Amino acid sequence: MFKLVKRLTSVVAMFAVLFTFTTETMAAKKSKTLKNTQKKGFVRCGVSQGLPGFSNADAAGNWTGVDVDVCRAVAAAVLGDASKVKFTPLSAKERFTALTSNEIDILSRNTTWTLSRDADIGLTFVGVNFYDGQGFMVRKNSGISSVNDFKAGVSACTNLGTTTELNMRDFFNSKGIKYEPVTFEKADEVVAAYDAGRCDTYTTDKSGLAAQRIKLSNPDDHMVLPETISKEPLGPVVRQGDSVWEDIVRWSLNTMIEAEEYGVTSANADMMKTSDNPAVKRLVGAEGELGAALGLDNEWSLRIIKQVGNYGESYKRNIADTGILPDRGPNQLWTKGGILYVPPAR
Amino acid sequence: MNFKKILPQLLTLVVVILVFGFFSYNAQVNMENRGITFGYGFLSQESSFDVQFSLIEYDGSHSYFRAYLVGLLNTILVSVIGIVFATIIGVVVGIARLSNNYLIERTAAIYVEFFRNIPLLLQIFFWYFAALRALPLPEKAEPIFGVFFLTIKGFFVPAFVWNNLDIFIYSVIAAIISIVFVRLYAKKKQENQGIQTPVLSISIGLLIILPLLSFLLGGVNASVEIPVIEQLSQTSFTFKGGLKLPPELISLALALSLYTATFIAECVRAGVQGVSKGQKEAAASIGLTPNQVLKLVVMPQALRIIIPPTTNQYLNLTKNSSLAAAIAYPDLVLVFAGTALMQTGRAIEIVSITMLTYLTLSITISIFMNWYNKKIAIKEK
Repeated sequence: MFKLVKRLTSVVAMFAVLFTFTTETMAAKKSKTLKNTQKKGFVRCGVSQGLPGFSNADAAGNWTGVDVDVCRAVAAAVLGDASKVKFTPLSAKERFTALTSNEIDILSRNTTWTLSRDADIGLTFVGVNFYDGQGFMVRKNSGISSVNDFKAGVSACTNLGTTTELNMRDFFNSKGIKYEPVTFEKADEVVAAYDAGRCDTYTTDKSGLAAQRIKLSNPDDHMVLPETISKEPLGPVVRQGDSVWEDIVRWSLNTMIEAEEYGVTSANADMMKTSDNPAVKRLVGAEGELGAALGLDNEWSLRIIKQVGNYGESYKRNIADTGILPDRGPNQLWTKGGILYVPPAR
Repeated sequence: MNFKKILPQLLTLVVVILVFGFFSYNAQVNMENRGITFGYGFLSQESSFDVQFSLIEYDGSHSYFRAYLVGLLNTILVSVIGIVFATIIGVVVGIARLSNNYLIERTAAIYVEFFRNIPLLLQIFFWYFAALRALPLPEKAEPIFGVFFLTIKGFFVPAFVWNNLDIFIYSVIAAIISIVFVRLYAKKKQENQGIQTPVLSISIGLLIILPLLSFLLGGVNASVEIPVIEQLSQTSFTFKGGLKLPPELISLALALSLYTATFIAECVRAGVQGVSKGQKEAAASIGLTPNQVLKLVVMPQALRIIIPPTTNQYLNLTKNSSLAAAIAYPDLVLVFAGTALMQTGRAIEIVSITMLTYLTLSITISIFMNWYNKKIAIKEK
């Protein structure tokens, strides 16, 4: 009799354990970051301290840029309102620590995707929202028209704690040129020092050069050299370990690119619900149950397109119309000769 | 043993250990959750970034540890330069504030009030960008004495190219050792026979004669390498050869010493004013010359008041040198806690090493100054 009771209790205990285990996994499915974000009512997004076209605040404190739009897209998807984002400006040095120590939930700060960053320090890159490469800016009257014109003794201003520092060394080493790296913590000081004549060249990602050139005292006296010395795929980053949140950010970005591919814009998104193309219907949530897999409702992608726009609209608004890089270059859809290619949303 | 006495101490110790234990455990758990590994193995890896200015041979093919040394030496360099100049300016201004000349006294007071009341970081930016704006481009630089060139790209000075440098260094060391012996001998002689020896002139003589001998007999010779202008492109130039002091170093050292000197000046003023007037009058009345009064009566007592607060200022200056990162001077914070931290992502390891390093630097200065303070303190019998 005693034995039976003992066995019974153990069976009950086992069921209890199993039950708690299953409810636990159901709850874990709904991501912790997602839960916290919905509870707080805003997305915590880390951005740059001011890089026109990517993340830049105007005098009234409104953030704009293609990096900013990624965070806005996530806010539209998970909270239903693209304006519910809290932006934290971060230096290159602070950005990863801010993410890993839970200060922010998305880092969308023109950050280069590299193996060591992805694998080593508790981060996960979710995609690429801008294909960039490192270049050099020089004074037009210097007579330097190509990177081959640099001579030993050249001084180069750049930002501290970026892949730029490493690429610069690789580049000058491969040319056998002794150079002088002058590295500042903030971009504004780099610009000021280069402008004053401390350095012969200013090197960083080409998009950054184009954006910072506007801040120089005489932008027309400077030019960006044609060569690109590195691959810099820039994209949003999340903390390692929350794969649902990772998927939400990845597919928010992918939705913007895919919307452009299918010609869905913020203006026509609602009409597209009755489109003949099933891919378009899935994209605007009129068909399928794609949101459920992410723990969201079915209109999440429609909200992104309506409130933020597709990738092309975001690029035009932030980068092309502001005169930073009117030519989309590699950041054009694969169907139009660029390399923007995202997996299908289905 | 008195149990009541020990108990609070024990409790404090336990609390301290628990707090530290909690924080390290917390950090460990959080790092594990986020897939961050911990370890100091990265120090031996190749750093693969370059540094603009270094006292030891360094480039990206060296290790992160070497990069750490580069940063540390640069921090020590700017701190030593800053301390030396802050002390000189501080003493001069401090004494000027005691001057009977109204103009000198007011100028010194205005300097002190102006510089100690503006945040240091702003002063660093001011000197750096003011220097960058004011200094000429290399091709327009007017040579100073024909061989020094102060330009926006740095201060280019002639460098010595040595033969048998080691023999020269030995001769200087030998001179210093013999000076120590001369002083000991002179002190003994005065204690035993009451005869004074002109120690200062003998010391200076030794410092000149021994290195001179190394030139004449030891085969030491040095040639001077003068910086020469070089064209990099149609409009940009630089100097080749000689020694280059980057503008970042100059403006940082300038800002640090001008700022810290104001505090040292106040210490000096307080010290000298702290010696009672009667002491000077008494010294004069027993027939000491004004120089001897200053050297034997006023200064020894004033120093006792000056040294402890000045130690604080030296420590402050050393720690403030970490603001270098703002203007691209490659100090410990910029090179190690900046670039190296970014490239490795090892925040906890690198920040802990950096903190320990500043702690060690500060404690070293502290120990030295305490030793000096003890040496000049009143020895009561």
